[in-house]
Amino acid sequence: MITAERKPLEELIEYVKPFKRILLLGCNECVTVCAAGGRKEVGLLASGLQMALLKSGSNIEIRQHTLERQCDPEYVEELVPLLDESEAIMSMACGCGVQQLAMRFKDKPVFPAVNTKFMGASERQGVWAERCQGCGNCVLGITGGICPIARCAKQIMNGPCGGSVSGHCEISEDVDCAWQLIWDRLKALGLQDKYLENMPAKDWRSGGGSGPRKIIREDLAE
Amino acid sequence: MENFEPVIVAFCCHYCAYTAADMAGSQRLPYPANVKVIQVPCSCKVDALHIVKAFEKGADGVYVAGCLEGDCHFKNGNEKATRRVAYVQKYLEEIGIESERLEMVMMSAGMGYRFAQTATEITEKIRKLGPSPIKTTTAI
Amino acid sequence: MKTESTLEKVLAAGHIAVTSECGPPRGCKPEEVVEKSKYLEGIVDAVNVTDNQTAMVRMSSLAASVIVKQQGLNPLFQVTCRDRNRLAMQADIIGAYSLGIDNMLCLSGDHTKFGDHPEAMNVHDIDSIQLIAMVKKMRDEGKFQGGADLKGSPKMFIGAAANPFADPFELRVMRLAKKIQAGADFIQTQCIFNVDKFEQWMEGVRKMGLHKKCYILAGVTPCKSLGAAKYMAKRVPGMDVPQDIVDRMASVPKEKQADEGVAICVETIERLKKVEGVAGFHIMAIEWEEKVEEICERAGLLPRPQV
Repeated sequence: MITAERKPLEELIEYVKPFKRILLLGCNECVTVCAAGGRKEVGLLASGLQMALLKSGSNIEIRQHTLERQCDPEYVEELVPLLDESEAIMSMACGCGVQQLAMRFKDKPVFPAVNTKFMGASERQGVWAERCQGCGNCVLGITGGICPIARCAKQIMNGPCGGSVSGHCEISEDVDCAWQLIWDRLKALGLQDKYLENMPAKDWRSGGGSGPRKIIREDLAE
Repeated sequence: MENFEPVIVAFCCHYCAYTAADMAGSQRLPYPANVKVIQVPCSCKVDALHIVKAFEKGADGVYVAGCLEGDCHFKNGNEKATRRVAYVQKYLEEIGIESERLEMVMMSAGMGYRFAQTATEITEKIRKLGPSPIKTTTAI
Repeated sequence: MKTESTLEKVLAAGHIAVTSECGPPRGCKPEEVVEKSKYLEGIVDAVNVTDNQTAMVRMSSLAASVIVKQQGLNPLFQVTCRDRNRLAMQADIIGAYSLGIDNMLCLSGDHTKFGDHPEAMNVHDIDSIQLIAMVKKMRDEGKFQGGADLKGSPKMFIGAAANPFADPFELRVMRLAKKIQAGADFIQTQCIFNVDKFEQWMEGVRKMGLHKKCYILAGVTPCKSLGAAKYMAKRVPGMDVPQDIVDRMASVPKEKQADEGVAICVETIERLKKVEGVAGFHIMAIEWEEKVEEICERAGLLPRPQV
């Protein structure tokens, strides 16, 4: 999922201070899973913002709503009847959702309530770790299912570097050395010989190197 | 404010803290009427949202009361509640509410005296702290 | 002979080669490079010029290499993958060769986290093995990495680094094989204190015949003090400093520690000379360049052969 974390409250207060009525919008997908922007977090943030603003003597009406997803125009359209009285929208969705809202509601200021972080998976409850950087040309089939781009601090395709210590990356004891993980997997699968094959320089065009990316499905797009 | 009577919300778990409250009652141990007890099946059923809403609705102090360490009826609900309370304490500071207004306490079902003692101590602590900062600026 | 590099000539003739290091200054102080070069004149066959070592910004290795060359020494131009993409690297390699630099070392580079600009992006467009392959393609095929023809190829003597002390140990011989496969002509190892472990690695290297495909220069460093020994033992990832070395440094009074460090270094070199497959030494006397002459003298590495 796409992970995110709520921005510090003082930054959000600065965004909403000038307004008397805003719409605070959650998203039922990724940000719900990582407890950053789902219905519950919308409730928490609305309450916190209201109290903080009350403390400084101002009042704000915060309308709360959570969409199934904010990255699809059909869901965003559901907001139209809820929007009339609101002067601004604060979205707890990832950057994709925030931008979708801004594109649809051109006359309303749209603010992000979270910092979108990375594409990751749950390691255990409450812990999410980066797993994918969307390089556009997945090599997981030949690296034993461990990504050298997302999980190696130096994106090394022929690793490990000389800083790998006891299975950890040189940058921190809390970060696994991706190549240690890859090697362990190759051994478990009996594929040690694959290690000797040098991977050539990556074509970064599929990974954003040729600008913002798009997928067009001719069978689905009108 | 001499006539300040704090409003304290106490979320009490059914298996320990609430039973302790009952025990305090049957033992005729007095505790301040400021404390409004809300029974929950387990202390970890108390969501961050419940705590924050309590403050929003005018509580001056909130505490979550669960079983003693290692005794939770649901294995480790009290540990989770402790972590959650710590998390909300940080959020309260961000909002501008003193984190001392929120506390996690633990007791066993037989500790009627502890229930009464805790209720009294916390009420006094909040009385000294004064009304919740978000109330002082609204015209009451 | 693949190049006209003096270092290659020394190694090809079967002599023990000696290289050392020069860290460029953290500012516009070319005179510091000149001074360091003076200590190494006639003592070594080539001088490594580091590239933003430990991710701290310094005079570029290209500029400092040119200054070293102007002093009459042979620079070994280091390139890390951390700060540049493949375009900039190829441009620098062409520039370097055009200015008379014909040795280079291909490295991954320490993470920016360790340096003075932790907020900077780590480029890593290509990794060190892909860099080796890229330089080899430029030199032997006369082509850019992208495939187009080069006008005038850089005849670089291509080096890489090897760390027998990093984990996982079982991979360290194979990684050397990968670098040689990509085109490395010589390698310099991380500084050796644990000679036993190094000998173990060399056994693996010899088993794969790698010492015959590539010149291996064993890295050594003199400890300036007990503090330096402890720092290397605890704080530098990928370094193996056995406790008995630290204890030996601790056993002498402070004024004698520098001498003890040099003595240990000379002894290490003598032991390494006996290891089959070691073609030379890379003496890293960081901020202590003046000691290299003494070390080489005592280890019987002088005079340097004239090729």
